[in-house]
Amino acid sequence: MADAKINHFNLSCPVPRVADDRIVLAHGGGGRLTHQLIEKIFIPAFSNAALEQRHDGAVVRVNGARLAFTTDSFVVRPLIFPGGNIGDLAVNGTVNDLAMCGARPLYLSAGFILEEGLEMEALRTVVTSMQQAAAKGNVELVTGDTKVVDKGKGDGIFINTSGIGVIESKMKVPIGPASVQPGDAVIVSGDLGRHGIAILSVRESLEFESPILTDCANVWPAVEALLHAGIEIHCLRDLTRGGLATTLNEIAGDRNICIRLEEVLIPVEETVQGACEILGLDPLYVANEGRFAVFVPAAQADAALEVMKRVEVSQGSVRVGSVEKSPGRMVILQSRIGGNRVVDMLSGEQLPRIC
Amino acid sequence: MKFLSEYRDAKAAKKLAAAIRQKITRPYTIMEICGGKTHTIVKSGLEDLLPKEITLVHGPGCPVCVTPIELIDKAVAIAKHPDAIFCSFGDMLRVPGSSKSLLDAKAEGADVRIVYSPLDALKLAKANLHKQVVFFAVGFETTAPANAMSVWQADHDGVENFSILVSHVLVPPAMEALLSSEQCVVQGFLAAGHVCTVMGFEEYVPIAEKYKVPIVVTGFEPLDLLEGIYMSVIQLEEGRHQVENQYARAVRREGNRPAQKTISEVFEISSRQWRGLGEIPASGFQLRGRFQRYDANRRFPFTGEPAKESPECISGLILQGLKKPHQCPAFAVKCTPENPLGAPMVSSEGACAAYYHYGRRQNQSFQPELSGPSSR
Repeated sequence: MADAKINHFNLSCPVPRVADDRIVLAHGGGGRLTHQLIEKIFIPAFSNAALEQRHDGAVVRVNGARLAFTTDSFVVRPLIFPGGNIGDLAVNGTVNDLAMCGARPLYLSAGFILEEGLEMEALRTVVTSMQQAAAKGNVELVTGDTKVVDKGKGDGIFINTSGIGVIESKMKVPIGPASVQPGDAVIVSGDLGRHGIAILSVRESLEFESPILTDCANVWPAVEALLHAGIEIHCLRDLTRGGLATTLNEIAGDRNICIRLEEVLIPVEETVQGACEILGLDPLYVANEGRFAVFVPAAQADAALEVMKRVEVSQGSVRVGSVEKSPGRMVILQSRIGGNRVVDMLSGEQLPRIC
Repeated sequence: MKFLSEYRDAKAAKKLAAAIRQKITRPYTIMEICGGKTHTIVKSGLEDLLPKEITLVHGPGCPVCVTPIELIDKAVAIAKHPDAIFCSFGDMLRVPGSSKSLLDAKAEGADVRIVYSPLDALKLAKANLHKQVVFFAVGFETTAPANAMSVWQADHDGVENFSILVSHVLVPPAMEALLSSEQCVVQGFLAAGHVCTVMGFEEYVPIAEKYKVPIVVTGFEPLDLLEGIYMSVIQLEEGRHQVENQYARAVRREGNRPAQKTISEVFEISSRQWRGLGEIPASGFQLRGRFQRYDANRRFPFTGEPAKESPECISGLILQGLKKPHQCPAFAVKCTPENPLGAPMVSSEGACAAYYHYGRRQNQSFQPELSGPSSR
């Protein structure tokens, strides 16, 4: 739409009303409603300095050591999906949240909520995957809990994992949204959308010529390499639920900045793009489990890319955009044909369209 | 991606835009029928490339948007029935009825499921013989063959616990309704590409003739749209009003005959209520003859309150191309994707949703104050 046609239009009430009488699925979708839940229910109740950082995990000081602490629950259906299962997801998800704080992941807890009637073999498969993921990531699962609920009250296996990591680097700038500033480059660590589409393909019995595997992976090696190389990391964010679009909107909103993206630069595999086209989904909003965005000063972007490309989990890293001062609270994407559009935060679940 | 990236090529887009600029001498208002096109236009920032002489207005071709509120209420009532599994395409779920949407009903415990094909709903019926499986058969001519096929198949396989709630509408009668209105501003149409894949485009010839309006059957990618606009502009400049086919890679003059045959076997033409536009004679489908026993209306007689539209929603004017979404006082203020007052704010094909998600700019920033830790 041309600017001239809409600039006269003045909007007054910025905040949409929350559908607040019941919890709907979209409250867990990672988009607007999730954020409203956090802002209106959780933050007011628990407000404290660590929570106010609004990062993937909390960073706290204990006897001079800087520790990162995070928790995550996993309720994925199906339990086993192309390329992974709820077990490695539960380990890597929490490990990655620690990595996003710039922390070396050390210890995990695991809480299992099992549904009566679950096949023991399924549990074994999941636990084996957890063990392997933990071993590969050099983290130990040091405490846990098990509850069993009546048949029909769970969905096979729910897992909660919490994790503790230690921040070893002595960087002056803390890693977090507050350090993002105009002039930063935005790098993503690989192609987008594979995890979400892998899950959807099983859930909805969609068949593709070649199966799309989840990207679920531990991203700490990439972060460690960046820290080791002395790159001045301003912010790290994993691109899980809600995808790249939601993550960037959170940061643009927090910092009152503009993030500009170029559509041609955003890496999406052809099969994933094809699945998205068929389903009417936008890969920018599809979940990833082994991808993150990193904000670094533009002058260090090339060095950061070089470091990231040498690490297996981030070898597909690409610079996709940059941070500007204005317009604030906006993510703007230049389309392939050269037009501009706003990339909004997701409202509710992405719903496949009719035709 | 093959067959896709070549239709999103920046160089070719600039070339076409330049060609349009070179041809055009006067202002024109062109309507794209399909909501899918509206989204391409806004999502790709296509209007940034067009000369100011061209005004694009967004048509009624969004099935979710034109499904009458009464039918949403009916769908919600059926979904709440304890014996029912209610199946629908995804984007019908958030559309507000008089008091709630299917998604609200789901949150309250109704068994509502998203399917990608009506045949999946039929499969569900076969697997759940003690349940009544109802499919919300919404859409234009595009979805009609598959919906007809599901009923034909149910009949063929003797599946008794399957039915459909029909809300099928047709494009040509809606175009005529728009064109015969005194307020009509439309000078050219980008006709619905996928509808024409099924129906062909012969039925548009008399419309172009009668109302002296060029109709270009157009595809859905940015380059398709630019080419469709270019072809319309040439016709308008030359004073022609013909039916032309830009979308030749998918559309044949006669359409898809076997699909048409299945449609006419199962459905017959009927009058239909359009949300925002009112009743249009002979503008939709209903089940025909022996297939009428698969009509969900017969299995679940509806005894709800009469439907109420939000008085603030101007979707009727938007669907006729008389107003643009941002000209509605409720747009983005009282009406948002989380709390839509009308259907165009809901569907991924709705014009209001397209404007809300992609179309905002610097001076009208109303991005809500949102922030918080991302959890999972």
